[in-house]
Amino acid sequence: MSGEHASVRIIDGYARGGTDIAADEVWALEAHLEACRVCRDRLSAAVAAQAPAVVALVDTVWAGLGPRLAATAVMPRRRRWAARLSRWLTPTMVPWLAMAVSVTLLALLLDLADTAPGEVSLVLLLAPVLPVFGVAASWARGLDPAYELTASAPRAGLYLVLRRTMSVLAVVVPALLVGGWATGVTAAQWLLPCLAFTSTTLALGGVVGVTRAAVSLVAVWAAVVVAPTLAASRTAVALQTGALPVWGLILALGIGVVIARRGAYSVLEAHR
Amino acid sequence: MTPAVSAADIAPTAYAWQIQATGLKVRVGRKRMAVDGLDLSLGTGVHGLLGPNGAGKTTLIRALATVLRPAGGTLELLGTSVGGMGEHRALRRRIGYLPQEFGYYKRFTVREFVEYMAWLKEVPKADIPAAVQRAVERVGLADRADERMKALSGGMVRRVGIAQAIVNDPSILLLDEPTVGLDPAQRLRFRELLQQLGTDTCVVVSTHLVEDVAAACTDVVLFAEGRLVFQGAPDELAAAGGPGHVGDSPLERGYSALLQDPEQGRGNW
Repeated sequence: MSGEHASVRIIDGYARGGTDIAADEVWALEAHLEACRVCRDRLSAAVAAQAPAVVALVDTVWAGLGPRLAATAVMPRRRRWAARLSRWLTPTMVPWLAMAVSVTLLALLLDLADTAPGEVSLVLLLAPVLPVFGVAASWARGLDPAYELTASAPRAGLYLVLRRTMSVLAVVVPALLVGGWATGVTAAQWLLPCLAFTSTTLALGGVVGVTRAAVSLVAVWAAVVVAPTLAASRTAVALQTGALPVWGLILALGIGVVIARRGAYSVLEAHR
Repeated sequence: MTPAVSAADIAPTAYAWQIQATGLKVRVGRKRMAVDGLDLSLGTGVHGLLGPNGAGKTTLIRALATVLRPAGGTLELLGTSVGGMGEHRALRRRIGYLPQEFGYYKRFTVREFVEYMAWLKEVPKADIPAAVQRAVERVGLADRADERMKALSGGMVRRVGIAQAIVNDPSILLLDEPTVGLDPAQRLRFRELLQQLGTDTCVVVSTHLVEDVAAACTDVVLFAEGRLVFQGAPDELAAAGGPGHVGDSPLERGYSALLQDPEQGRGNW
């Protein structure tokens, strides 16, 4: 606090009980005391010197309070990492992310075991749909018990959706990176479809609900790409390098729709 | 050191009612209008929202919580018009909401969950621990604050729900069936809490228990088929009923008197 402090007269008068100082002075002094440590120290010195009744009262209260304070349980140490982690992903997302990572590893093992040339890479085949599960778990009514509370919070909306999507990608992409590196698939070949599917899930999710969007996209992927690929035993056109510009276009479209409809994530409809 | 009184505390309010709806319509599903042309003005106090099952109470509360968009009419909360595609962040910071199906994460402790909700509600970071402790104390869970949610009874979980609703010191508090699962003693304490909150907050409590309304509410809003049937003090509701109407208490008789006409010819329930 700079400059002005309360006078000794006012502080002494206040310590004695305040009957000999005017009401406006009491008011001004109390407002000042709230903000000024120096004057609080002076007041406590004045109380000790001039008001034995107050000192006795404070001592009595402390004597009564001390044993009860000693008996009160100390607040346990906060699990800081848990609190911080919950801002990035909900507990319901953890099993889904674990599933995505283990599916990637499984696909990788199958790929490595089966090294015949011209074979289809399972990692490449699964990469686009893996993050979709995580995104669905992060923003779906059936999977997230606190969906309605979340939707009603000020932080709900695009910001929170993107935050959770980021954490899904932060888990899935490194796993795919390892898989892609081990099987020799170029990063762009799976990363672009992966991101395109994620953004399309969010874009469709804003319209029909994230769960429905995820289910339909996975179904479309299985029908259009996975089934023909496994049947014909060669990499589908959609996954060859020639198709990359198309994936880029889908990604850009998805991002555009998400931004244009950002208000849709703060109401219940997006949680279906 | 912050000043004792902030400018926001003494600023005059720019609205007459915390909640003001004119001709409000809210759609559920594709076709059904669960709230159909509602005119309602609610100020500070505890407002009991009464009505038969399926009257649209939950839909109305969801619309007030801004998680459902109105299909027609106007809705103003704290002087801000709700509608369109906005996210209403500033408005939502001043609303507390307890949904009917209160979902939570079982692995969180009470404190962690309320802290998480405080974070979602954008309570300033420095204020979160104190706000959480205060909210948990107000619902009487201070001694269980560090237990996991899965170890709590149904009534306690409900109280955690109330704690998360009041953690941001809301100006509008929306509670959808908050007394479900509370035992009689807890219900009494809950009514006391409601009365405390009602002195400076606009509290809307949806309930199907007429005695909750009698004990804790300053105002009754009777709601049927998406429309307002009656709004007034509990005494006025009681006065509407005569000895010929069904019910065990004056309020119940008033309730059945006012709801008699629209319910005719719709079966026994």
